[in-house]
Amino acid sequence: MNRSAIDLWVGVFVVIGFVALIFLALRVGNLASFSAGQTYQIQAKFSNIGGLKVRGPVKSAGVVVGRVVDIRFDNETYEAVVLMDIEQSYQFPRDTTAKILTSGILGEQYIGLEAGGDAKMLATGERLRLTQSAVVLENLISQFLFNKAAEEKPAAK
Amino acid sequence: MPRLEALRGQLERLGAAASSQVWRLGYASRFLGYLVLHSGTALRRFRLTVAEIYFAGVLSLVIILVSGLFVGMVLGLQGYETLQRFGASESLGVLVALSLVRELGPVVAGLLFASRAGSAITAEIGLMKATEQLSAMEMMAVDPVARVVAPRFWGGVISMPLLAALFSAMGVFGGYLVGVQLIGVDPGAFWSQMQAAVDVRNDILNGVYKSVVFGIAVTWIAVFEGYDAVPTAEGVSRATTRTVVTSSLAILALDFVMTALMFTGTEK
Amino acid sequence: MPEHPIVEIRNVSFGYDPARPVLRDIDLAIARGSVVGIMGQSGCGKTTLLRVIMGALAPTRGEARVLGHATRSLDRDGLYAMRRKMGMLFQFGALFTDLSVFENVAFPMREHGRLPEELVHDLVMLKLQAVGLRGAAHLRPTELSGGMARRVALARSIALDPHLILYDEPFTGLDPISFGVIVRLIRELNDSLGATSVIVTHDVQEALGVVDYVHFMADGRVIAQGTPDDIRASPHPFVNQFVNGRPDGPVPFHYPAPEYGADLAAA
Repeated sequence: MNRSAIDLWVGVFVVIGFVALIFLALRVGNLASFSAGQTYQIQAKFSNIGGLKVRGPVKSAGVVVGRVVDIRFDNETYEAVVLMDIEQSYQFPRDTTAKILTSGILGEQYIGLEAGGDAKMLATGERLRLTQSAVVLENLISQFLFNKAAEEKPAAK
Repeated sequence: MPRLEALRGQLERLGAAASSQVWRLGYASRFLGYLVLHSGTALRRFRLTVAEIYFAGVLSLVIILVSGLFVGMVLGLQGYETLQRFGASESLGVLVALSLVRELGPVVAGLLFASRAGSAITAEIGLMKATEQLSAMEMMAVDPVARVVAPRFWGGVISMPLLAALFSAMGVFGGYLVGVQLIGVDPGAFWSQMQAAVDVRNDILNGVYKSVVFGIAVTWIAVFEGYDAVPTAEGVSRATTRTVVTSSLAILALDFVMTALMFTGTEK
Repeated sequence: MPEHPIVEIRNVSFGYDPARPVLRDIDLAIARGSVVGIMGQSGCGKTTLLRVIMGALAPTRGEARVLGHATRSLDRDGLYAMRRKMGMLFQFGALFTDLSVFENVAFPMREHGRLPEELVHDLVMLKLQAVGLRGAAHLRPTELSGGMARRVALARSIALDPHLILYDEPFTGLDPISFGVIVRLIRELNDSLGATSVIVTHDVQEALGVVDYVHFMADGRVIAQGTPDDIRASPHPFVNQFVNGRPDGPVPFHYPAPEYGADLAAA
């Protein structure tokens, strides 16, 4: 194997190695979907965020408009504070509602934004006033049982 | 009491073996330090390192690509088998991709690299030692560590991450072949769910970090065992075996440590 | 003691384990321009002495001066500078198996000099011609016979025109023709390069025919020294047994064993 043949094969090897890495990054990972575009950050407070995770999507009308970047706990109001980056090209009114929704029945949770009617748009750092927390299964069940019990009582009498 | 004496003898031998291993690790670390310090030749005369990338990387391509394909295909089969019981067969892409990129790519590629390239490096250096080629080099005032060992070390370190990436890529393709083409999982769901779930920074990059660490560990063990081999045919053969065994154990242990550091505690 | 010896060994003792010395109080000097033999049984310490001269081993006691420098006082760079003036022929050649014959001989030239490739080519051809293997330049070490490999290794060891050439068992396993070739080369190269040659060997008869002076070693000490004629006529019983190849003498035929009768009676 002479020198130039070795160089050729090593070059080919390095190239396809990098191509594999790029393939993984673009086609397998989420590099392409999250563009390096400009974003602005807004926050929202929830009494329960359920299973929402950092990097979860922020959608409006089902379309991804941003990402959750941080989840914190406010020790004074005992609420969860969620920070999200929204793409600059999407502006939302100040009275937009943020809800924690589930994709599918057992899917991952995300933040859904429903636009309000205010003329003024949200700016960086501002907080969404209207929020709806996640549906917690235990509360749902105890609610159901309570209602069931309330129905039974008049029948029992 | 003969039983007690025998037990004491056993314990003494165990202690001696353990302390000699620790001593050996220290010696190997000094060797690594010396090697890195004298890597000037390997970098200035890059031709030498390129030749070693060929021997360690290019010649491992066949086994890496074929194994990657098969592992991916098996993941596709087994994954589908399990997921469809929960009605989650559309998440097959996620399963295949995450398994490969986070774990199987770096680890299996590392194990294959250790047994193919690692053992070859050990045998080569050990044989050069046994046939006095290293001594001859020393006598000609050429540092054998700089001229022979360092290029092989850097060749292995550069090759390993590339091989792991190729393994993962082939594996994903194998999973796609089985899941979408063979079984009939929806290709749109396969790729889109995968892309949503696999994060470049947390998953792919961490996998790359793992493969770099494994590459350093395996190649370090391979060159050290070769350089330290007893210069006889039996000594070289034992050194080669030690390389494969020690590298494999090192990969698995490091994998545990790195996984614990990287992949747990990221939930918020 | 010759004046301005190229190698001076003064009271050198060496042992890997201090309790078991391999070299005991060696005192010898090697004159410039001579071909000197260091002979003895296997295990008498002659190869170890060669390593001390090479600078690979530092004496535990005493001083080894080679080419004017005490080997112990040299750091790595100094040692390498000294070795560039030396050449060593290893027992089985130790050629680099991944390089061709040409590249093997060119190796020291390329590693140490900034010589242009045409000059390196001509020098390699010169060295190969001196050992009679110019036509084999394109072959690989695996394609060479033992004798040819050793000749190539010899060409490689004289690549930088050394002042001191060391030979580690150069006659081992050679057929009579190859042996004749090596003997002729040792003498010719030594004289044409104006170098000094040190041959470590246990092939007595062959060596006595080529060397100017002999240092005879046994059990880590020099027990006799002189010209080949002196050695052949030496009254020392061990030297006598060795030179004449007698199976029994100071080195006994029988390995130490209990009474013969006692071993037979055990049934």
